[in-house]
Amino acid sequence: MAPEAPERERAVAFTLNGESVRCRAPVRTHLGDLLRDAFGLTGVHLGCEHGVCGACTVLVDGRAVRACLMLGVQADGTVVETVEGLTESGSIRDLQDAFHARNALQCGYCTPGMLVTAAELLAEGGVPERAAIRDAIAGNYCRCTGYHAIVDAIATTAEARHAAGRDAAE
Amino acid sequence: MKAPDFAYARPASLDEALALLAAHGEDAVPLAGGQSLVTALNMRLSAPGLLVDLNAIPGLAGVSEADGVVRIGAMTRHRDVGAAPVVRARLPLLAAALPHIAHPAIRNRGTIGGSVALADPATEWPACCLALGATVVVRGPEAERRIAAEEFFLGLYTTALEPGEIVTAVEIPLPPADAVWGFEELARRHGDYALAGLAATARRSGGGLTAVRLAFFGVGDRPVLARAAAAAIEAGDVQAAQAALADELDPPGDPAMRAATRLHLARVILGRVAGTLLAGASMAGASMAGDGDGA
Repeated sequence: MAPEAPERERAVAFTLNGESVRCRAPVRTHLGDLLRDAFGLTGVHLGCEHGVCGACTVLVDGRAVRACLMLGVQADGTVVETVEGLTESGSIRDLQDAFHARNALQCGYCTPGMLVTAAELLAEGGVPERAAIRDAIAGNYCRCTGYHAIVDAIATTAEARHAAGRDAAE
Repeated sequence: MKAPDFAYARPASLDEALALLAAHGEDAVPLAGGQSLVTALNMRLSAPGLLVDLNAIPGLAGVSEADGVVRIGAMTRHRDVGAAPVVRARLPLLAAALPHIAHPAIRNRGTIGGSVALADPATEWPACCLALGATVVVRGPEAERRIAAEEFFLGLYTTALEPGEIVTAVEIPLPPADAVWGFEELARRHGDYALAGLAATARRSGGGLTAVRLAFFGVGDRPVLARAAAAAIEAGDVQAAQAALADELDPPGDPAMRAATRLHLARVILGRVAGTLLAGASMAGASMAGDGDGA
């Protein structure tokens, strides 16, 4: 195999919200911009673009990561899920309903990142304590709600999944 | 904010990565987890000509144990360091430090090798390496080098790494059966960089402590082993240890916090950690006494 040559643009192929996709991307484009601009997934919100606010959080190979701190070309070969994919699959329907019921958003800017972060936490199973929920969302800034309603919504969802035997620990 | 223009390569082997770094000199930068580097790029604080992505190189991630040494591959994500069974069982100091590293999404992506190579003085892994007597394993174009943590961290974002070298692993000797440990960190908000932090290890000896290692972070230009304070703890004098920090630490002052306040915080957490270490020592003494057979 020929040695790897440095490039300024590369082909990227990955699984995006359940579908195989490919494109060419400038290497300097971060994953958040790639998802928004090349695939129209504007649920990937860009707040700070330096890893602090959490609004751009997506799942890469099942793990929550900052889309602004990964290069788009690094998605090559991975499985990426955004809030759009999680919504369409119905896998966080209960969580979204709980956010609605608890009024866990106001302006909604942080909400995609909150949902993705909570999705990873809930996928670990069990019923996390409120302190654990707060730890989990500590990297997601919300300037409207004061967080309490968000913690309520995540806790409610975890309890309901556990009661229904839907949590991974069952 | 968007990153400046750069070239990118994703080599499939360590040799290929080293060849790229050698060919491009100081214009090339290895990309590990990227949680600090991509931030610096996005903020245009860094403008390398070439990023050499280490993420596709096999064999650089994972935690293993052999011959009394735990080897943590450089590309092991923070989260996977803390989750490794041998870490949880035998290196609980690392598991205790993990939740203090930024946030879950950062811990899912950032790596121990990247953290060690960056050598941010306010971060957890470098101090843990010092406390645990770790060895940093690095590979250059010609050979592998093994550098004791005490010789590795040289200053602000400065290490013993030579140009063209890559951190490949951190090796930590398994603590002896009588080991105790303590960890404390003060930050303004969960996940922030430490205002003052302390990773400590020791061995119990009767109701006292020996081999005390106190690695402070966030209070200097690098993680600092406070040797005089450690000697005072071994002598059982916590107040003397706290007093000794005035000569051993040279904390930075900034508009958010005066140097004197940081020193005070370092003394506060030393008091807490000393309590933890001494409690571990006396608990062990009690359990041995209770065992009857003196095992």
